[in-house]
Amino acid sequence: MSELQQFAPVLPEIVMAVGAMVLLMTGVFRADTAETGVAVSWIAVVLMATTAFLVSMQGDAPLILFDGAFTVDIYGRFLKVLVLVGSAGALILSHGYLTRAEAMRFEIPVLVVLATTGMMLMVSASDIIALYLSLELMSLALYVLAAVRRDQLRSSEAGLKYFVLGALSSGMLLYGLSLIYGFTGTTSFAGLASAMTDPAAGNNLGIIVGLVFLLVGLAFKVSAVPFHMWTPDVYEGAPTPIAAFFAAAPKIAAFALLVRVLYDAFPGITPKWQQIIVFLSIASMLLGAFAAIGQTSIKRLLAYSSIGHVGFALVGLAAGTEAGAQSVLVYLAIYLVMTLGSFACVLAMRRKEEMVEEINELAGLSQTNLPLAFAMGSLMFSLAGIPPLAGFFAKFYVLDAAVRAGLTPLAVIGVIASVVGAYYYLRIVKIMFFDDPQDRFSAADTEVTAVIALSALLVVGYVLYPSLLVDAASAAARSLLS
Amino acid sequence: MNITAQPILSIVTFLPLVGALFIATLPKDATQNARWVALWFTLGTFLVSLLIWWHFDAANPHYQFVEDHAWLGDFRYKMGVDGISMLFVILTTFLMPLCVLASWESIETRVKEYMIAFLVLETLMIGVFCALDLILFYLFFEGSLIPMFLIIGVWGGPRRVYASFKFFLYTLLGSVLMLVAIIVMYGYAGTTDIEKLALTTRFPADMQWWLWLAFFASFAVKMPMWPVHTWLPDAHVEAPTAGSVILAAILLKMGGYGFLRFSLPMFPVASAEFAPLVFALSVIAIIYTSLVALAQEDIKKLIAYSSVAHMGFVTMGIFSGTQQGVDGAVFQMLSHGIISAALFLCVGVVYDRMHTREIAAYGGLADRMPIYAAIFMVFTMGNVGLPGTSGFVGEFLTLLGTFKVNTWVAFFATTGVILSAAYALYLYRRVVFGPLEKPALKALDDLSVREMVVLVPLVVLTIFYGFYPAPVLDVTGASVKTLVQNFEAQVGAAAAAVSTPTPTPTPAAP
Repeated sequence: MSELQQFAPVLPEIVMAVGAMVLLMTGVFRADTAETGVAVSWIAVVLMATTAFLVSMQGDAPLILFDGAFTVDIYGRFLKVLVLVGSAGALILSHGYLTRAEAMRFEIPVLVVLATTGMMLMVSASDIIALYLSLELMSLALYVLAAVRRDQLRSSEAGLKYFVLGALSSGMLLYGLSLIYGFTGTTSFAGLASAMTDPAAGNNLGIIVGLVFLLVGLAFKVSAVPFHMWTPDVYEGAPTPIAAFFAAAPKIAAFALLVRVLYDAFPGITPKWQQIIVFLSIASMLLGAFAAIGQTSIKRLLAYSSIGHVGFALVGLAAGTEAGAQSVLVYLAIYLVMTLGSFACVLAMRRKEEMVEEINELAGLSQTNLPLAFAMGSLMFSLAGIPPLAGFFAKFYVLDAAVRAGLTPLAVIGVIASVVGAYYYLRIVKIMFFDDPQDRFSAADTEVTAVIALSALLVVGYVLYPSLLVDAASAAARSLLS
Repeated sequence: MNITAQPILSIVTFLPLVGALFIATLPKDATQNARWVALWFTLGTFLVSLLIWWHFDAANPHYQFVEDHAWLGDFRYKMGVDGISMLFVILTTFLMPLCVLASWESIETRVKEYMIAFLVLETLMIGVFCALDLILFYLFFEGSLIPMFLIIGVWGGPRRVYASFKFFLYTLLGSVLMLVAIIVMYGYAGTTDIEKLALTTRFPADMQWWLWLAFFASFAVKMPMWPVHTWLPDAHVEAPTAGSVILAAILLKMGGYGFLRFSLPMFPVASAEFAPLVFALSVIAIIYTSLVALAQEDIKKLIAYSSVAHMGFVTMGIFSGTQQGVDGAVFQMLSHGIISAALFLCVGVVYDRMHTREIAAYGGLADRMPIYAAIFMVFTMGNVGLPGTSGFVGEFLTLLGTFKVNTWVAFFATTGVILSAAYALYLYRRVVFGPLEKPALKALDDLSVREMVVLVPLVVLTIFYGFYPAPVLDVTGASVKTLVQNFEAQVGAAAAAVSTPTPTPTPAAP
């Protein structure tokens, strides 16, 4: 019995992995129809809800398992819940779209569940082998998901592009990890952290090069500039609900991994990685702000917007403090809601069974469908970081962390980038509210409407009770540093 | 009923928001209901604010009706008013019903959304003047951009898109720098309580320098001061009448209020140091924009430029750091709030009839619209600053306060009074006097009852405060006195610290 008991803390991950297998079997032995796909997808959502419940029931005391490869703590709990919400949300959004596109296969929810399992392992990974394996478990599932509409050129292209660039970044990541292992002789984060206490570690070229490659690999996953090239193409090419999935959960997981590896494995050489993060952050914020201006496709625009938001979250990480970690967590949670909400709005853009993705198709939406325009407008203002919407608080905490860490110039660059970024969010509002109306959109699916309503409500109502999220993130950040 | 025990400021702040939610539940075609609901809610808000004024203790320089609740960690939901903010709240609540009435017939499309935007805007504006926490203040201050952006963009004139974007991005750029400064202040002081920051926190001089500049970036754009005023004429020209009224009467005052609430009490040393810069910009604003106003061919644009000139007096008065200067600045802001609002409403009256704002399209209105001509005359004189109108008191006090500090600045600013007479009277002559030649003008009707209801209270106030400014100055007096005393004490202390020779090691002779 005690043999089994030691696996109790990994129960959520085990449930997910076994669930994926069961779902796969269920799908294989049922007719390959859209109904099967939707049914499997709902089961997957229930599975994720159950897992989220199990995760949130875990205790506060940190547990380290499997010889240091796997850590269960409040930090992991916080992020696993976010990842599960993101995955489940994307699945719920996908039903109507994929059914209409005749692409609702049962493999999709199975792949999402597998990717989510990988993400949960990433969140908890505290060893570079576990880091790599969990990252690959997620990525391989994602490559397939990007190309899921194999009869479509754009989707296949997106999948191929994602795979080739992803494989390249995995190679770099692996090379970096091998260098780090070679120069320190350990794979666990705790061992690395104690190796970094050696004052010579910061000048050890092997470790520094290894660290740079590690960061390159992870920057690719979070799509930070200059490793962002795949993002707009994949978002545009992949089916919209899949793009919503890509924009939310995997980024959160990769961020969780990035924060943990930098805070737990390389605390001794913070100034070394800090400058890399600062560069990635500035480049992402500026490119995200300027490159989005000229976009005409709403999906590409959201891709650049997500790049800019990654840059902002990196501002918090660059602080390298507990407040920095907390701010990143707050940012990720609010970003998740805004992303799911805005992709849901894109999914509501449908005329006569035909999806439209040009921004101009939104013209005059406020006169044909005011609730949708209001929700989307709130989300856009929130993405722009205008108070009193939730996006403002996300930005506020990262800026606060940066200023406290003495990075005021970075904060100033950040707010200026946010003003540039505000322009293109305003442009969407302008098109919806100021321009002359076009034909109505077809009625959106119930699931899509629900997600839009819920996210708009959260974004607008956040100001009434903001401390819940902030306190949870604070506890999570504290557990990361203890 | 003991209203000090009630969350009266929260009520006055959020009552319009309740009205907005109520309108949102109305059926889509209930335009007339939406108008009435908006009118009743704005009137109700005005009555509540009068109740606050009634119970306000003018002799007490501290914050009153304070509400303080936990909200988000160190940031608290703290509201309160003192002598400086009290009257801005009244001004806001007083003008809102007039704006709703002024939009009664001129806004015909999407009335429901229009009224919702205005009521939300009112909540945010009152919140700005009541907030006693920096973060809370910033939420209201920035949040007011959203409804105003929509008001200009949806119900504005032909170039509304350009104007609304310029308005939004200009003010946002100024404000985000203030946000960084707020974060720096929070990091230094560990609190965002405005009262504590002003009274107990002493920021080091070099830090004040940067913080002052960041706040200046925000408030100078909002005010607006030359040379960052260029968004204002565009926004005014394109906004619907009521939008222009709110913009000129209240949104601009947020800049001046910010200077009084933050720059002067929290960064006194930097304020004293930067006063020459502000004086220079103010004098340029007064003279240059008055000259620009003289050359305008659009009535609204002319009034917009005259607003920039009048705001020059305000900034000059505030940074003179004297009791008369600051008193005058507050008075000038309130008086400008009444007069510029009235002028834009007057423009709206003829615009609703003629659908043009070009000065050349008018002339000889006195024949057909004698009442209008008389009322317009009162406000023109108020704009000029004629003794006997409220415009005179503010300008005179700011000039007096500035004269004590810097004679030349006061001298050059006084030329602005002459220039304002020039452009205002020139405008009046071209619009109201002269032969009634244009055929379209011959069929004009004089003011309707609704328009009279809107304009007459403003006429009364303009003249009343011109002769008897005491009700305003009494309310502001105690708070301004404390503000000026603290300012002088801190500037004096800083000067003393500089002049006492610090024992620096003298470098050895080579």
